[in-house]
Amino acid sequence: MEITPSLLAMQLMTGVALGAIYALLALGLSLIFGMLTVVNFAHGAFFMVGAFIGLYFLGLTGNFWFSLVLTPLVVGAIGLVVERFLVRPLYGRGIDYPLLLTFGLSWVLIEAMRVLFGVEGLPSSTPPILRGAIDLGFGYFPKYRLFLIFATAVVVFALWLFLEKTRYGLIVRAGSRDGEICKVLGVDIARVWLVVFGIGTAIAGLSGALAAPTRAVNPEMGVHVLAESFVVTVVGGMGSLPGAVVAGLLVGVVFSMTSLFAPAYAELSIFVLMALVLLVRPQGLFGKAGLMG
Amino acid sequence: MKAKLLHGGFELVRRHRVLAVVLFLLVFPLLMPYKALAINILIFGLFAVGFNLLFGYTGLLSFGHAAFLGVGSYLTGISMVHFALPWGLALLIGVVAAGLVGLVIGYLAIRTRGIYFSMVTLALAQIVYYAFYKAEQWTGGENGLRGIQVPAMELFGHRFDFIDPTTKYYVILVFVALALWLVSRVLASPFGAVIEAVRENEKRAAACGYDVARTKLLVFVISALICGLAGSLRALHLSVVPIESLHYLLSGQAVMMCLLGGMGTFFGPFVGAAVFLTLEDVVTTITRNWMAVVGGVFMACVLFFPAGLWGTLVKRAERVVRL
Repeated sequence: MEITPSLLAMQLMTGVALGAIYALLALGLSLIFGMLTVVNFAHGAFFMVGAFIGLYFLGLTGNFWFSLVLTPLVVGAIGLVVERFLVRPLYGRGIDYPLLLTFGLSWVLIEAMRVLFGVEGLPSSTPPILRGAIDLGFGYFPKYRLFLIFATAVVVFALWLFLEKTRYGLIVRAGSRDGEICKVLGVDIARVWLVVFGIGTAIAGLSGALAAPTRAVNPEMGVHVLAESFVVTVVGGMGSLPGAVVAGLLVGVVFSMTSLFAPAYAELSIFVLMALVLLVRPQGLFGKAGLMG
Repeated sequence: MKAKLLHGGFELVRRHRVLAVVLFLLVFPLLMPYKALAINILIFGLFAVGFNLLFGYTGLLSFGHAAFLGVGSYLTGISMVHFALPWGLALLIGVVAAGLVGLVIGYLAIRTRGIYFSMVTLALAQIVYYAFYKAEQWTGGENGLRGIQVPAMELFGHRFDFIDPTTKYYVILVFVALALWLVSRVLASPFGAVIEAVRENEKRAAACGYDVARTKLLVFVISALICGLAGSLRALHLSVVPIESLHYLLSGQAVMMCLLGGMGTFFGPFVGAAVFLTLEDVVTTITRNWMAVVGGVFMACVLFFPAGLWGTLVKRAERVVRL
């Protein structure tokens, strides 16, 4: 196979589209961690639940856009319940406990989807309007993947608007800097944490619904996704939102480039990338040193 | 008088904890419905003991310990299947290989702290998973490694055959007992005190002049060796090595067993392994969705019994004895 510039450009775009999903996943993970210092081990499971619920709503309403709006709402609602009743009692009990709890939760969520939708998983297909390919000048690129990049950009922009330009976003940012002071100033910080956990899981659910047409939807799909999103957050720097986006795209591109040049090492490559980042810059590309103290 | 006797008994068990555990494990198969489950509990108990050394005693939550179990299993299996080495030597190779992998992963992982450590160990262990997954001609890839056979052996005029589950249990118990003795020695040594000092307050331990990074790395490697032994024994027991042995979900099982039993206790990991595997065994006869039940029990444990079943029991007993 000859490596041409247009082939490289195509593979780069494929990588960016894959990286878009990674970026979304890491964004949710980092948002929750930056605010609550909770590593959500059920993040992959929420992604998987999002994929199932997205397909369910798609089958119910027949409208892809409708399911894209409904899915994050439902998954976010599950997230709210989880934070309120399962994670909240563990605050102040050491940093490992929420992690352990969410790991147990991921098992329950996997089984819940097996019971509801069967162990085989669901068939998924690209919505008709996004089928086919579009000419980008260097080749025909699948419309749906282009849409993935676009959708991620919209979510990132919306999140940026929310965090930087709204009053509530200001409270969230202040709360992640120093929750204690916020409390003193009369902010109901527990409520803010609840909302942030909900938003984080909603983004995980949305990324699941978005990714569903590009991969096999089964109850185990979140298991590998969790490990991959950890790689992205470690590379980008835990708790850093720009880091999540940049590292997500980087990891996606590294994966697709390795699968072009050395397909056997594609899965390995992103983990090796993470090991390299750890050696050179343990706090991640955008992470602050000492954050993990 | 009665209290004094109770106290004396408690102290006796505490001082001879390895002996107490081994005595219990000697009669344990008689209490179980079938031997295969007892062997499984024995092996996973050892796995959880190795994990507990790091999690319970040093305070480092690794999500990558399946790498050591899996490497132990695979290297023992590969030595026997591809090189026809005797099982004793294969066992040693598996354990040493797990220790080496532990050294590499540990070296990278201890550069990070707290939650980062869990994520990094998980991700690094996945490298091992994919590497073994892809090395199909050595490992069998997705199908796992098959055909590990332990020949019957003659020792002191007695014939030991691995096909007999009772023999298998007691042969494995010999190795488990040795490992337990080693762990107990490490914990009772001055180094064991440093380990717990690192868990309680890393900065203070460093201020006292202890090399925290070196301590962590050393515990990490010892922990990997123990888990590697568990893996090697598991390869002999199953006579196959499934690829899932390396997956991080198995690391998660070690975490669950350790917490269910009681982290930072000597016998807790065995209790956790027994509860986990018996629960799995019982629940699968009722419903296919055993993961939901075990996951739910685990979540309840995290929420309400963070000291674990055995840990809670020990705390109670301590209160009674002190009276």
